[in-house]
Amino acid sequence: MTQLQTTPSATVGPYWAIGLTWEDGPHVVAPDAPGAVWIRGRIYDGAGKALGVGLVETWQADPDGRFDHPDDPRGSSAWPGFRGFGRSSMANGGEFAICTLKPGRVPDGEGGLQAPHLDVSIFSQGLLDRVVTRIYFADEAEANAEDVVLHGMPEDRRATLVATPAQDGYRFDIHLQGDRETVFFAV
Amino acid sequence: MTGTTSGSHLDLPRYARTDPALRTPVGFPEYRSTGLRAPLRTPVDLPHRLTEVTGPLLGADRVRPEDADLTRRAGGEAVGQRIVVHGRVLDSGGRPVQHTLVEIWQANAAGRYRHVVDNWPAPLDPHFDGLGRVMTDDQGRYEFTTIRPGAYPWRNHDNAWRPAHIHFSLFGRAFTQRLVTQMYFPDDPLFFQDPILNAIPEAARPLAICRYDYERTVPEWALAFRWDIVLRGPEQTPFETEDDGDVA
Repeated sequence: MTQLQTTPSATVGPYWAIGLTWEDGPHVVAPDAPGAVWIRGRIYDGAGKALGVGLVETWQADPDGRFDHPDDPRGSSAWPGFRGFGRSSMANGGEFAICTLKPGRVPDGEGGLQAPHLDVSIFSQGLLDRVVTRIYFADEAEANAEDVVLHGMPEDRRATLVATPAQDGYRFDIHLQGDRETVFFAV
Repeated sequence: MTGTTSGSHLDLPRYARTDPALRTPVGFPEYRSTGLRAPLRTPVDLPHRLTEVTGPLLGADRVRPEDADLTRRAGGEAVGQRIVVHGRVLDSGGRPVQHTLVEIWQANAAGRYRHVVDNWPAPLDPHFDGLGRVMTDDQGRYEFTTIRPGAYPWRNHDNAWRPAHIHFSLFGRAFTQRLVTQMYFPDDPLFFQDPILNAIPEAARPLAICRYDYERTVPEWALAFRWDIVLRGPEQTPFETEDDGDVA
């Protein structure tokens, strides 16, 4: 069988906003959709300084834990007005913001359920490839305790993956380096 | 070695993991701004479950036919060498990645980006904004008409210049396939001093460089360059996972 070598990644550089800005990027759902929450946060470098710009993308299931995608073997299903995908250009003074619905639990493929989560890609000048993390939710303690990815992770590491309740949704800060370095994943 | 799990209840595609020796590292000391940004801990392997094998299949409603031609913006023609950049988006199994969004951005012929933080003394072009979007067709093909971008200086090292390049962003059909990269032009004399190109392991570096395409060069109109893009592919189809050494 053919195996082609994959194209190598490169940094988005400083000028990605030309190509990757979508006005509706942050709106996984419309802000006035019932149940809509904002997930906001900053990205800190190894000196503890917040990045002024960067690109944050999210991908997630709908509130039923389903994906509108043909490779969801349960059959794809569409939640009206729900895109699943969010893209924030941190135009808001270095804060990223995604307006979404909290996802439902998703099967882990091993007979259990994953806790509600978003997959996250972070792109920036100074990163030659994206870095990937996940956002979980502090108010899902029971589901988090059963989650196959969080399971067995030391408490202080696990805490870096959990968004905390905030005024209009949740707060999730990302630390690229340092004592509080966020858990990043190889996918 | 994939470290992936399909599980007993769900048959999911598994995406091949690229050999680390052929992957661009996140950090590279000679590219200075990676120093405080590239994570220092080893990333945790994330098996490919539902969230990873699905992804946004969007874009068709965001792309207008004129988005494929970057040379005619704001009612006039961009200055510079007109070129056609085309190719196919494939997965590592050689299958076309159909109907996927390709987003590009680039500097103008003088090497200047239309961006607030790019203010080196090179002219902007009122008829060039540097943004292109297309969807691949059912063969995975894409094509843009644009201007050959210029090189430009930056402050990474003494007398640092970026070789001419076009930025590409692709989704594929799964979160695992997401790719943002840069395409270079053949035989650029600036390659030797560019840490962004040279961060790519040498064996993978040629994949970042397009080739001149005389066949597709349009007489009395435009030079053509071909660049195929390969995203990670499923290791096997869902139907092949049935006797996957399951010991349950």
